Amino acid sequence: MDIAKLLNAFPGAVSQGIIWGLMAIGVYITYRILDVADLTVDGSMATGGAVAAVMITAGYNPWLAVIVAFLVGMLAGLVTGLFHTTMGIPAILAGILTQLALYSINLRIMDGKANTAVNVNKYHVLVTSRNVRQFSVSNPIILTLILTAVLIALLYFFFNTEYGCALRATGANGAMARAQGINTNVAKVIGLMLSNGIVAFSGAMLTQYQGFADVQMARGAIVIGLAAVIIGEVVFGKLLKSFAGKLVCVSLGAIIYYLVMQIVLWLGLNTNDLKMLTAIVVAIFLAVPHWKQQAQTRLHVRRKGGE
Amino acid sequence: MLDINHIAKTFNPGTITEKLALSDADLHLAEGDFVTIIGGNGAGKSTMLNAVAGVFPIDQGSIVIDGQNVTGLPEYKRASFLGRVFQDPMTGTAATMSIEDNMALALRRGQRRSPLKWGITSKERRMYRDQLKRLGLGLEDRMNARVGLLSGGQRQALTLLMATLQKPKLLLLDEHTAALDPKTATKVLHLTRELIRDQHLTALMVTHNMKDALQYGNRIIMMHEGKVIVDVDRETKMNLRVEDLLNMFEHTSGSQLNNDRMLLS
Ligand SMILES: Nc1ncnc2c1ncn2[C@@H]1O[C@H](COP(=O)(O)OP(=O)(O)OP(=O)(O)O)[C@@H](O)[C@H]1O
Ligand SMILES: [Mg+2]
Repeated sequence: MDIAKLLNAFPGAVSQGIIWGLMAIGVYITYRILDVADLTVDGSMATGGAVAAVMITAGYNPWLAVIVAFLVGMLAGLVTGLFHTTMGIPAILAGILTQLALYSINLRIMDGKANTAVNVNKYHVLVTSRNVRQFSVSNPIILTLILTAVLIALLYFFFNTEYGCALRATGANGAMARAQGINTNVAKVIGLMLSNGIVAFSGAMLTQYQGFADVQMARGAIVIGLAAVIIGEVVFGKLLKSFAGKLVCVSLGAIIYYLVMQIVLWLGLNTNDLKMLTAIVVAIFLAVPHWKQQAQTRLHVRRKGGE
Repeated sequence: MLDINHIAKTFNPGTITEKLALSDADLHLAEGDFVTIIGGNGAGKSTMLNAVAGVFPIDQGSIVIDGQNVTGLPEYKRASFLGRVFQDPMTGTAATMSIEDNMALALRRGQRRSPLKWGITSKERRMYRDQLKRLGLGLEDRMNARVGLLSGGQRQALTLLMATLQKPKLLLLDEHTAALDPKTATKVLHLTRELIRDQHLTALMVTHNMKDALQYGNRIIMMHEGKVIVDVDRETKMNLRVEDLLNMFEHTSGSQLNNDRMLLS
């Protein structure tokens, strides 16, 4: 095994991790703050990618493409939110429905093609994997890190405003939030919109980074997002406890995830098996708090019985 | 201040679990009334309070708070009139948020919440500290602690404070001391009385403790099978004993007062 080969792959893993970290921050908003598992993201991330690819290849400014991707992502979140609140569909199913619909929409955005290339030589892009080992400002790690910092700062501000607090209360205790006069349905819709906007933004960055958009590019994104959230909490949760700190954890979690994936690939695992590995790891991490609680209960019962 | 005009509510109509929880319940409160409510299990006490709060729509009748008909308003819109404390200490607060965050949410009850204004100001913090001090629980030094770390009694005291931070037209208390040990329950009841007295609040308090029902408030009502069957005014209430209450109930309803949590002494 060639260690140089592994080290050589690290910068790429880090920048991919940062971009997926943006996506995971979107997942954090729904999963941890709003307390809904939103599966829209598998679709909305690809939507962001598709919008960016089509706009950039049509000659639009990449910044504009990223902003439009964000707005379209918000629309996807709006649809899921309305499915859930006004139509009473359980959140998970609402997300799956939107995700499915987005598959068709993403194909339409890309004019019926499953894949749209964004050639770095022909078009102006914000980040590209080509520069990932360069010591210059064009290195994608720099811009993606700045964007992550700006995003975290904005979210920190928003979630500490009056409305941001109302959103947090909606996720923490819906009955309490309503008793305080918060329209929890609207709050959920807004949270889903914000989350999917961020996820689509991340998809737009990923498309530029990898040089193409693909309808399949975000398959299983929710699981990678959850992996990032959970890894971040487990590894850094004790260190970073403030709200902004938690978002930093998520981003770091995504980076660790991609570094670990590089390592297992280097150890000889087949690329095709990565998704299964991710699913197993996330399943185990999700089970840990449950097992912990069970063990505690058992301990408690045993102690009481011994009295 | 509150008019509950002949309201009715059936849960799960047309199914085997159909349940008539309120049938023609009627109750009127003047400003400053502090009414205690007793009744057997399933009499409809919680349902009546929840109907006032707008947790679900009612089938018949109307609810008027301070002259405003709120029958058609959703729960979150009625919140501006109401302070609420629930039986389960978990219900009234957001466990994962800090004490001060919870209070800031309560202070803005019924107001528009801006996405640009800071959710809590330093001026408010000083006010919260003063308010928490009067509880005598030391919470003023733990304002950044998550509410989930507090005991049930502390959470109920905090919820009470939150409910009255912004003066409500009506305070709804649904067995808010039932989950507490007797000593803590008494403390929370004293706080309840103090807050109601200081702010001249109008309040509805469900209790399973007959003695508390007699000791607190200026009126007692009894509920049975979805109706208000007895309404005792201030004068009569003052000379009443627990036995008298039980007799009254049996006499009017034709059955024994049956509540598994009922405390008679
Ligand atoms: N959401 C609901 N769905 C179906 N049935 C309900 C619901 N809420 C209450 N009920 C039923 O309505 C009846 C009245 O219930 P309610 O909770 O108002 O009684 P209560 O007087 O508060 O009794 P308790 O002293 O036990 O708290 C009960 O038979 C109860 O099972
Ligand atoms: Mg009840």
